[in-house]
Amino acid sequence: MSLRALDRRSWVFLGLLFIIVVAVPLANLATAPGSWAHLPSFAVSLFGKYLCYALLAVALDLVWGYCGILSLGHGAFFALGGYAMGMHLMREIGPRGVYGDPVLPDFMVFLNWDHLPWFWHGFDMFWFALAMTMIVPGVLAFVFGWLAFRSRVTGVYLSIITQALTYALMLAFFRNEMGFGGNNGLTDFKDVLGFDLQSDATRAGLFVLSGLALALGFILCRVIVTSKAGKVLVAVRDAESRTRFLGYRVESYKLFVFTVSAMLAGLAGALYTPQVGIINPSEFSPANSIEIVIMVALGGRGTLVGAALGAIVVGAANTLLTGWFPDFWLFVLGGLFVAVTLFMPRGILGVFDRGGPVRPGAPAGLALRRKEA
Amino acid sequence: MSPGPAPRATSALLYLDGVSKSFDGFRAINGLSFIVEPGELHAVIGPNGAGKTTMMDIVTGKTKPDEGTVLWDGRVDLAQIDEAGSARLGIGRKFQKPTVFETHSVEDNLLLALNADRGVFATLFATLSAAQATRIDDLLALVRLEDRRHTLAGGLSHGQKQWLEIGMLLAQDPKLLLVDEPAAGMTDDETMRTAQLLRDIAGDHAVVVVEHDMAFVQALDCCVTVLHQGTVLADGSLAHVSAVPAVIDVYLGR
Repeated sequence: MSLRALDRRSWVFLGLLFIIVVAVPLANLATAPGSWAHLPSFAVSLFGKYLCYALLAVALDLVWGYCGILSLGHGAFFALGGYAMGMHLMREIGPRGVYGDPVLPDFMVFLNWDHLPWFWHGFDMFWFALAMTMIVPGVLAFVFGWLAFRSRVTGVYLSIITQALTYALMLAFFRNEMGFGGNNGLTDFKDVLGFDLQSDATRAGLFVLSGLALALGFILCRVIVTSKAGKVLVAVRDAESRTRFLGYRVESYKLFVFTVSAMLAGLAGALYTPQVGIINPSEFSPANSIEIVIMVALGGRGTLVGAALGAIVVGAANTLLTGWFPDFWLFVLGGLFVAVTLFMPRGILGVFDRGGPVRPGAPAGLALRRKEA
Repeated sequence: MSPGPAPRATSALLYLDGVSKSFDGFRAINGLSFIVEPGELHAVIGPNGAGKTTMMDIVTGKTKPDEGTVLWDGRVDLAQIDEAGSARLGIGRKFQKPTVFETHSVEDNLLLALNADRGVFATLFATLSAAQATRIDDLLALVRLEDRRHTLAGGLSHGQKQWLEIGMLLAQDPKLLLVDEPAAGMTDDETMRTAQLLRDIAGDHAVVVVEHDMAFVQALDCCVTVLHQGTVLADGSLAHVSAVPAVIDVYLGR
């Protein structure tokens, strides 16, 4: 089933991804510092971060590009996954923290807490934390989606409440009483599964895992969108009410992809945290979620490959521009969105398709929601 | 009359009695009674605002009636059912504007409409069976779109979209087809071919057609119900209702 789901473009994408996943760690580990081919260690983590964003963008494209659900709060699922992994990394510090408490993370000692809050239990086990990186976003998406889709909240109204969701979570996570480190978040990680997070080998390992997660997430999304269920999703996107009259329970389909998408976003967040070394409430900021939407729009909505491409382009542009002209990044990002909407409504991949036949299932344009009969 | 699972209350396929529905004080439907027998071809005419669309909305579960009885197959209370539920019961609805899935091929449009498990996990692992492939071929032949099989539905002409949508309704093998102004915007030739198509379909399926075009209704050659201000003004053959003075006043006359 999964082989049939991959078209030529998918294989090209997976092939390129494979080359990157092999080449980047090699250029870091197998070359001497100072040699022309040497890639500095920080770059490996940086590229790994882009791969996490790419997985996040692919997850968003699944719901937005194929089902028309414009989530402006996908950063929340990403951040929750990141926090779940961060909690494990905090527990793994053990007695090596500044205050040397064998159980309590530093920020809890600092707040004079004498025991671990109940929701921190179990996170000392890696498998439990890893499961939670997907279960927590999945459950949140399921409950949120169940309420929203059943009430037939669609279009911009849904986008606004997803934005409110991530904003509310940001405010909540800023509070020290929440037990997630307040505005400092979780940081100062030492190692994961015994591997030193500062070592080049661990960084390379995390990079490879990010590439693998992106590949698997991509294949999962391809399997979904090329199945009959995927055709139903596109039908929902283009004519929701018509789909209902065909006998499909539209809310079940939306709930399914929204939950799957949130779980993939959570996994992306889980890989992100150890590579950047910190997770804090700013990851919940609405601007982050909007940036993901721009990534998908830039690459080409409803293509999956485009979403990953857009994430890498926007991520790289972010890194370079915030380095060169820190004050201008948001203007560039906003300008990019306007330019894409006006001149490349089908994104970077749409430019390649120009002149050719419209690909079945490809969205007609960037309109948030098409008029229904 | 309470609709229970017990013996059928009526032999009619669709039974509306004393149905009313108001929107912000405007009575779109007012004590409407209307019956469709299995396999019957039935035309509904009436001026704009006569309540034709609201009637269809009530039958398909999109709108809940304020009062009255809406019975399906003598057993099921349609007031308790949503759109997907009505489709699953065997009520197919064709909208006035052709609403096909424009970014899907003609073939995929029919595939989505075919009778099959509509659940998420069923469709996720669904494969096309030989019987389904044959059914799609038959439907393409019936609605004369064999050579457009792989065309995106968005690229079809207006008339072809209407036929595709009728094909999609037939794919669900409905007991009742509700067809809203199929001839609107069609050429004369397409109109006559559409009337012929609907007459071919009737018998196996009950068909209710809402229409303005008198030539088309004439070509359907069936029982006609005239609606006005949410109630039935007259019914019978087109010749019969055309002679009723009240009908001439509100609709046919000028």
